[in-house]
Amino acid sequence: MEAGTKPKISGARLCCCCNQRRAALKRPKTLEQICRECFYEVFEEEIHQVIVENQLFKPGERIAIGASGGKDSTVLAYVLSELNRRHNYGLDLFLLSVDEGITGYRDDSLETVKRNELQYGLPLKIVSYKDLYGWTMDEIVKMIGLKNNCTFCGVFRRQALDRGAALLKVDKVATGHNADDIAETVLLNILRDWVDALQLLLVKMDLFLDANLLSIYSPNAYRGFAREFIKDLERLRPRAILDIIKSGENFRISASTKMPEQGTCERCGYISSQKWCKACVLLEGLNRGLPKLGIGRSRGLNSDVKKDVKQDSGTKSIESKQCGSLDF
Amino acid sequence: MQLTLEFGGGLELLCQSVKIHNVNVDLPKGAEKLTMKDLLSWVSTNLIKERPEMFMKGESVRPGVLVLVNDCDWELSGQLDTTLEEKDVVVFISTLHGG
Repeated sequence: MEAGTKPKISGARLCCCCNQRRAALKRPKTLEQICRECFYEVFEEEIHQVIVENQLFKPGERIAIGASGGKDSTVLAYVLSELNRRHNYGLDLFLLSVDEGITGYRDDSLETVKRNELQYGLPLKIVSYKDLYGWTMDEIVKMIGLKNNCTFCGVFRRQALDRGAALLKVDKVATGHNADDIAETVLLNILRDWVDALQLLLVKMDLFLDANLLSIYSPNAYRGFAREFIKDLERLRPRAILDIIKSGENFRISASTKMPEQGTCERCGYISSQKWCKACVLLEGLNRGLPKLGIGRSRGLNSDVKKDVKQDSGTKSIESKQCGSLDF
Repeated sequence: MQLTLEFGGGLELLCQSVKIHNVNVDLPKGAEKLTMKDLLSWVSTNLIKERPEMFMKGESVRPGVLVLVNDCDWELSGQLDTTLEEKDVVVFISTLHGG
C-alpha cells in the first residue's frame, strides 16, 4: 500500500516480519500477518530454497516456462526470471504457449503472454493445435459437440507442451500451479474410482452449472465441486490445503499395482505408455470421422487402437490419467 | 458514502463486465457505520446482475473470492465486521477459475 492511502485504525497491524509496514495479508501457510514487500521476499526465497534443495536445475540448461497468460504461469515466469538473475542459476529461459484455437478464450491470454515476453525479456514460442494436429478446438467441438471435448483439449495441450519443448530444444519444462489446484488434483486422484457416481450426483444436483466460469467448453463438473469443497475446508482451517498436498506427496502406490511404463508412440515418436500415444488415438478418430475413439465406451476399431481404448475405458474424460498415479 | 469497488478474476462478468464501479452507498437506517456486511448486501442487490451464487455464499462472499479493503486482505480488518469509511477502495477477486 502506498503512503498516501489511509490505514484502517482498527485493523492497522504491523507486518510480523519487518515490524514497520502495515500487514496486507495473512499467509494461510503460517497464519502470519505480513506486508506486501515481505510477502514477496519470503515467497521468492522459499521457491529458491525448493529449487536448490531439490536440484531442479543445472547451470547452462534451457528451460521452457509453460505460459498460459493466467496468474499461475505469469507468477512462475516472473519468479524464475527473477531468481535466475538474482542467484545466477545460469539458465536460458523461454516462454512456451499453446494456442488451442478457441475463439474468444485464448486470444486475450496470449496478449498477456506477449506482455510477459517484453516485461521479463524472455523469448516466446507459440505452438497451435492447428499447426500441430491440423485441428483447432473450435473445429473439434464442431465435430464432437460440447461433451468430452475436454479430453481432446487436455491430451493435446499436454503433448503440445512436449512438442513445443522439442522445437525450442529445451532440457526441461516448468509449469506453474497454485496450492488450490494441486490439492484439488490430489482429491480428484483419490476420488477417481468414485467419479462416475459423483458425476451422476452432481448432474442431479444441477452443480454442473457452476463449473469453471471462464472456460467456455467446460463439462468437468466435479472439478468445480472439489474446488468448492477445498475452499470451504480452507475457511475452517487455512492449512487444510497444504495438508492435502502433503498427504498427496506421502501417497504410496501398492506394489501390486501395475504402473504404466514410459515408451514412445509408434506413430508420432513422442512419449507414450501405449503403442500409440493418446493424442494419436484421438487424432486418428477425428481424421476418420470417428471422434469417440479413445474416449471410452467406443468399440470395434482396428486392433492396435482397440487395445488403447480398452485401457482407457476406466478413466473416461478425466484427462486420461492412469489410476493410482499422482501426476502433479 | 463514496466507495470505489473493483471486481476481478472473472467476477466482473457478473456485473456487466464493468470492473471498476464508483458508487454511493447509504448507511443502513439507524446505523452509524457502514460495515462490509452491509456493503455485500448492497452489492448483491445493486451490482450483481447474474449468477449471484458465484459471488455470495450465505451472508459472506463465496470461499475463493479474495476481498481487499484499501489493498489489505479483509481477514486482517475483521471480514464482515470491517467498517468502511469515505473513499475506501474495496476489491473483489475470484480465484475460482483457471490459472
